[in-house]
Amino acid sequence: MAITTTKSAFWKGFRDGAPFLLVSGPFGLLFGVLAAEAGLIVPEAMIFSLSVFAGSAQFTALQLMEENTPLVIILISALAVNLRVAMYSASLTPYLGGAPLWQRACAAYLTVDQSYALSIVQFETHPQMTLSQRMAYFFGTNGCVAPGWMIATYIGALVGTQIPASWGLDFVLPLAFLAMIGPMLRTPAHVVACFAAVATALPATALPYNLGLIVAGLVGMMAGAQAEVWLERRQTAKDPS
Amino acid sequence: MTQAPDPTLLWTIIIGLAIGSFALRFAFIGLMGGRSMPPWLMRHLRYTAVAIIPALVTPLVVWPTPTGGTPSLPHLAVAAAVFALGYWTRNVLIAMGSGAVGFLLLFLFSG
Repeated sequence: MAITTTKSAFWKGFRDGAPFLLVSGPFGLLFGVLAAEAGLIVPEAMIFSLSVFAGSAQFTALQLMEENTPLVIILISALAVNLRVAMYSASLTPYLGGAPLWQRACAAYLTVDQSYALSIVQFETHPQMTLSQRMAYFFGTNGCVAPGWMIATYIGALVGTQIPASWGLDFVLPLAFLAMIGPMLRTPAHVVACFAAVATALPATALPYNLGLIVAGLVGMMAGAQAEVWLERRQTAKDPS
Repeated sequence: MTQAPDPTLLWTIIIGLAIGSFALRFAFIGLMGGRSMPPWLMRHLRYTAVAIIPALVTPLVVWPTPTGGTPSLPHLAVAAAVFALGYWTRNVLIAMGSGAVGFLLLFLFSG
């Protein structure tokens, strides 16, 4: 269906985002459970999810907290994991940057993996969309994901203390992340970025304070960007126009 | 495990992360306004997610928490299968489903 009004743009986003409930639901559930296992009471877990609204940063903070990591290092590491949302925000700026400040503030809060991934594809393939349609689509993608995340956190925090550690639930987190990576590898440059990051990540764990994550991430990004330049050059050499 | 964390520490983390993660997201879209980013920066930003997330996951897969950090063949195999299915089907939901199945297999057979 073509997007003709702001309202239809919102509902298009809503429908596109709905399937991600199956992702953010279990994710929120898992956060609630792990938070309860770490000793957080239900309101604490809820305020954590509501105010931070960034799953992977929350998981990182929780994990480091249990390892008795110093406060400053917990904050830096969790924010470093979340650095990618700053990058999402930057890459959405050409499409949404012209909106009123309050809308941009709301959009900043709602910038997560799902809303970014859906919106950037939508905006790139439909350049004729107006600014207000784009903003409506972006908010729409969070129509299910954001409430789903909160409700799932609540349920997880309620049942969390009853789940024995022997279930090995911690491993669900890397599996959930892995499931997201495959579909993101759209071009050879994406594959290069991914494998450069993986290859760096293991030796980089020797670095103190979780810095290895940042280093491996940066290596991956640079490898991807370099591969993109190289592939483009080869393409233009092949068919000069 | 269920011992409550120090409230001062916990609330400092929550408030710090809430402010910090909002600031990270707002920095560009809020303050940059309609101005556009230099192409070299955008080129790097395109690869943030496909670099940071694998970098985060790799150590967790190679040294899984449930085994106490000892490399485990079943965990590696399940992780590889989930990734491969996601790559071939290009479908997050199928990959997530396979992850759930994989986790069940690990739960039932690896003790």
